[in-house]
Amino acid sequence: MFPSPRYIPAGDSALVVELGNSISPHVNRMVHNLARAVEKEAVNGVVDLTPSYRSLLVYYNPSVIAASDLQKKLHALHGSLLEGAARGKARVVRVPTLYGGDMGPDLEVVAKHNSLSTDEVIQIHSSADYLVYMLGFSPGYPYLGGMSERIATPRLKTPRTAVPAGSVALAEKQTGVYPTETPGGWQILGRTPLKFFDASRDKPSLVEPGDYIRFVAIDAGEYARVKKQVDEGTYQVKIEAKD
Amino acid sequence: MIEVIEGGLHTTVQDLGRYGYQRYGVPVSGAMDSHSLRLANLLIGNPEDAAGLEITLVGPKLKFLADTAVVLGGADLRPRVDGQPFQMWRIVKIKAGSLLTFDGPQAGMRCYLAVPGGVDVPVVMGSRSTYTRSAIGGYKGRILKPGDRLSALQGPGPLSRGCKLPQALMPAFGHLHLLRVIMGPQEDAFTPQGIASFLSSTYTVSRQSDRVGIRLEGEGIQHVKSGDIISDGAPFGAVQVPGSGQPVVLMADRGTTGGYTKIAAIITTDIGKLAQALPGDKVSFKAVTLNEAQALLAEREELVLEFKRHVEGIKAGGVSRVTIAVEGAALLVTDDSGTPLTETERFPIGHAGLKRSMTVRAGGQAYTFEVEVHRQD
Repeated sequence: MFPSPRYIPAGDSALVVELGNSISPHVNRMVHNLARAVEKEAVNGVVDLTPSYRSLLVYYNPSVIAASDLQKKLHALHGSLLEGAARGKARVVRVPTLYGGDMGPDLEVVAKHNSLSTDEVIQIHSSADYLVYMLGFSPGYPYLGGMSERIATPRLKTPRTAVPAGSVALAEKQTGVYPTETPGGWQILGRTPLKFFDASRDKPSLVEPGDYIRFVAIDAGEYARVKKQVDEGTYQVKIEAKD
Repeated sequence: MIEVIEGGLHTTVQDLGRYGYQRYGVPVSGAMDSHSLRLANLLIGNPEDAAGLEITLVGPKLKFLADTAVVLGGADLRPRVDGQPFQMWRIVKIKAGSLLTFDGPQAGMRCYLAVPGGVDVPVVMGSRSTYTRSAIGGYKGRILKPGDRLSALQGPGPLSRGCKLPQALMPAFGHLHLLRVIMGPQEDAFTPQGIASFLSSTYTVSRQSDRVGIRLEGEGIQHVKSGDIISDGAPFGAVQVPGSGQPVVLMADRGTTGGYTKIAAIITTDIGKLAQALPGDKVSFKAVTLNEAQALLAEREELVLEFKRHVEGIKAGGVSRVTIAVEGAALLVTDDSGTPLTETERFPIGHAGLKRSMTVRAGGQAYTFEVEVHRQD
């Protein structure tokens, strides 16, 4: 983490606030806390925010707020966060996942590559809380951190032309969920019936940057029950507070 | 009501973009040349953020099922109504049954069609803009196809009298574009030689360009170490340089974040020029300070605001701009369109410093003001 944030213009209507130069849960937590504080403060002239691994991009209207005033405001907010004022508890979103079979065609590949049984792969994959560092690439796509290297596996040699929405997959030391059907070269372990992205929802994305995800192994019967509830709009996503 | 007979190359519904959802990974989208869409909207009497059609290079064939008025702004794709050419940047009345077609680009590549009230498609996450990659917004989330039917929102109706776009606001189109930039945020990832290449050479707009990014080809831009960074936020107009050294300018449909170094960002007032650049056009870059860029933007916004007030005046049935000219010994008072507002008055022209009070009647209202005549020798 930098001792003090770096403020760098990104054009005439956006300001980058860099809080560090590494991928770390600590730096990322500060990014999300700052984003929440800017939102809570409702700083006049701020039009949008993009939190990412180690920085916050603040889009502003220069005819409403001067860059120097914006920087002062952000600096003050950052200072008050260091005093611990606006620290919120992180959420853990539980993501029911049916591993293997048709839903997870690459589970055995991952097991073989790491000389593990498929049950061990599932056990390792579903026992960590993965931090959502940021959302990007495509709507609702979470950049997750914290996967065990014991199940790390290279990408497919030839990417699939269409990976179904909800696919839970990994590549190298990363894991993630495909929110919408897209081409992709990650090893698919399973599928969740939850909709990671739905444009018709108030909050279109299931998870927000700063949340944690915990994959929970379910069987085919449970998958069908959850899917039905999701389709009917009655499913309550299980969320816990992070210790 | 408009029926699409042919969709054209890439015709979508766009407004000024979808803000507030970038943290969920949802791109802003919106018009590539938002300045042109804003002005087309104002010319027809819409709020500047109403949705219009973005028409790219090869225009669609549109059949109007009811009488309406339209304004076409942005690139001149040589529009015709029932075979008759008509002017850009002015209100054109179109009769039911008429066919709007385009001959092809004269200058620029993106034309904006504004209809009174704006195009009526559902608002998704605060915007009517189309993001085709995820099928969000617009007309069913996609480009227009034959058989699609578009209607306009109930609006205040078009302006009763046309007005002219001030010359200072009129976008200029050419094939050589000098784009002013603010350096950074990853300027320090480049060698002095790399920065010199960027600021001194001429780049060619590639065919591999779309609403996501405009790819440029030319002298490679050298990195200190690599073209990769820890992914961060990606603004409109950012000049991204991946390991290849060939720059890509991030445009309306860019991803919200990106993992390549950004050497600079094009200033807001110049982004429209690049949005209108045809493949093969040449661009070069010039660095300016943040203060200079914001002053240029403020200057343009002041002109837009003045034009908005002018349009509001016409909407209210009043006169917002009066031209007073001395013609021989007569004082000629006209509105913006050149229509005389009052009978010409005669007075001794040699009488410099003369103060007169005059009353002008327009739109059922009377305006009184003082005129002072000075000699120009």
